[in-house]
Amino acid sequence: MTAAAPSSKLMTMREAIAQHVPSGSMVLMGAQMEQMIPFAAGHEIIRQSRRDLTLVGPISDILFDQLIGAGCASRVMAAWIGNVSAGVAYCFRRAVEQGIPRRLETVDYSNFTMAMALHAAALGVPFLPTYSTLGSDLLKKNGNLREFSSPVSEEKLVAVRALRPDVAIIHVQRADADGNAHIWGSLGVAVDGIRAARKTIVVAEEIVAPNVIASDPNRTLVPGFLVAAVVHEPGGAHPSPVQGYYGRDHACFSQYHEQTRRLEGFEDWLTHWVVQLADRAAYRKQLGSARLQGLAVKNHAFSAPADFGY
Amino acid sequence: MASTTDSGNEARGYSYGELMVAAAAREVADHELVFVGMRLPMLAFLVARRTHATSAVGLFENGLIRETPSTELLYTMADPPNLLHATQCGQMSDVMGLLQQGRVDLGFLGAAEVDRFGNLNTTWGYRHKEMQRLPGSGGACDIACLARRTVVLLAHERGRLCERVGYITSPGYGIGNGWRRSQGLPQNSGPSAIITTLGVLRFGSDGEAYLASVHPGISVEEVLANTGWTLRVADELTETPAPTDAELDVMRAIDPNHFWTR
Repeated sequence: MTAAAPSSKLMTMREAIAQHVPSGSMVLMGAQMEQMIPFAAGHEIIRQSRRDLTLVGPISDILFDQLIGAGCASRVMAAWIGNVSAGVAYCFRRAVEQGIPRRLETVDYSNFTMAMALHAAALGVPFLPTYSTLGSDLLKKNGNLREFSSPVSEEKLVAVRALRPDVAIIHVQRADADGNAHIWGSLGVAVDGIRAARKTIVVAEEIVAPNVIASDPNRTLVPGFLVAAVVHEPGGAHPSPVQGYYGRDHACFSQYHEQTRRLEGFEDWLTHWVVQLADRAAYRKQLGSARLQGLAVKNHAFSAPADFGY
Repeated sequence: MASTTDSGNEARGYSYGELMVAAAAREVADHELVFVGMRLPMLAFLVARRTHATSAVGLFENGLIRETPSTELLYTMADPPNLLHATQCGQMSDVMGLLQQGRVDLGFLGAAEVDRFGNLNTTWGYRHKEMQRLPGSGGACDIACLARRTVVLLAHERGRLCERVGYITSPGYGIGNGWRRSQGLPQNSGPSAIITTLGVLRFGSDGEAYLASVHPGISVEEVLANTGWTLRVADELTETPAPTDAELDVMRAIDPNHFWTR
C-alpha cells in the first residue's frame, strides 16, 4: 500500500455517538461554559435513545435540560443547570421535582469544585484540596466533597474527589483528521476535561490539514492521541456561540424558555428540532440560511501571527 | 419585584434596576480585582470602569480576564464581544485560583433567597408550599467562600429576604460572628452588602445584616414589611444616592432597551 490509509477517526456524528456513547456512560459536555456547547452531539444522543447517562459539566446552558427532558439522563453532576440568559430549566425542574420523564439524581458542585474534580483526574490523583464549599450545604450533600484536616497546616480543607468521565465531547474551531485541535476563546474546564476523560469526541467547525494545527502548537488544546472520534459539524454548537464562526442565538434561548414551560411544549420542541430531523444538516436547513447568516461574523478580528521560527 | 418598583420610573427618571446598578458600581474601588458575573453586575462593572474605578480588573468564571469592558450588551459572559480584546482568555481554574489566593477584592452574586446573616440559597426554593429546584451554585459558592467581599443583588420580597435560608448554597456569616472561621473559611472574607430594589443592607460586626440606606421614595416601614426577619436599622440611616447622569449614560448606552435594568 502506498497511499496513506484514511483516518479511522473521522466519522459522522451518528457513528461517533453510536460507537463512543453507550447508555450508562458518564459524559462531559459544555466544558467551555456558554461557548461551544456541543448541541449537535446532544441531539444525536437523544435520537439514538441513550438512557441512564451521567451528565457532567460546570454549566450546560440548555443542553442538559434537553437531554434530561428527553429521558437520556439518570444523574447530573454539575454546578448549575438552567438557561443562562432566561432563567430556570423546566425539564430539569420537572425531573427533579416530579420524576418526569424519569427520576434524576443530582450531585451539586460549585464551578470551582467541578473544575478541581476534573483537574485531579487530569493529574492522576484521587483528590485535590480547596477551601471552597466549607460551610455550605453542597459540602454536606455531595459525597464527592469531603472535609479533612490539612496534613501540613492547622486548617480544614475540602477534598474534591477526582472525576473521570467515560467520554468528553468537545466542540472546537478546527481540527485535523487525527483530532489535534485548536480552541480559542472561552476555555472553561476544557483542557482538564479532555485529560480527565477516558476518551474524547472532537466536533469541529472545520477540518484542516495537519500543518495548520502544527503551525500554532500553543493553540492546540486537544492532542489527537486522546481523541477517539473526529466529527466535522459546521454550526454544531448553535445556538451557543463559536468565536470567529458565529454568535449566540439569544432568541433561541428565550424561545426555548417560553416553549418548554409546559411539558407538552417541550415535547413539541423535541419533535420539531430533534426527533423528526435526520441529522445536523437537516437542522441547519430548518433553521434557514437567513438566520445562520444573521449570526455570522460581521467584523473579522484576526490575531497577529506568532513566529515559531528559529 | 415588589410592586413599588414598577411605578414611578418616569417621575424619578430612572428604574430601580438602574439604581441597583449604580449602587453596585460604587462598591467597586479603583484598582480592585472583581469577579463580575452577569446581568446587573456586568453593567455595574462597566459603570465603575467608566466613572470612578478606571483601573478595576474584571474576572469571569469561564476563565476570562478583562480590563476594558465590552461595549456591547452581553447575555452571557462567553458572548463573543466579551472575548474580543480581552486581557486573557484562560481556564476556569486560573481565575478561581486567583480567588482562592485571596487576590479578588469583590465578587457580585445574585440569589433566590438571602437570610439575616447573608447566607444565600440558589438551589432549593420554597414557593406556594412546594419545593422548587433552582439552577444551583454555578460559581456563587466559590465566590461567597473565597472573595474578600461579596455584594448580593436581589429583588426585595419578604419571601426572599428570610430569617434562615433552607439550603446554604453560598455561605455568608452562617449563624453570626466567628462562624466563618469555625468552618475554616478564609479570614477577611464574607458579604459586605445586599443591594435590593428597596434599599442597601450592610453587616454589623456580629455578622447580622442591618438596613443602611433606603432608596429614594421608599419608606423604612416598607422595607421592614418586606423583610422576613426583624431587620435592624442603622442609627444614621441614609438615602441611597440616585444614579448620576454619567452613570445612567453608561448603562443606557449599552442597554438602551433595559433588558437587564427593567
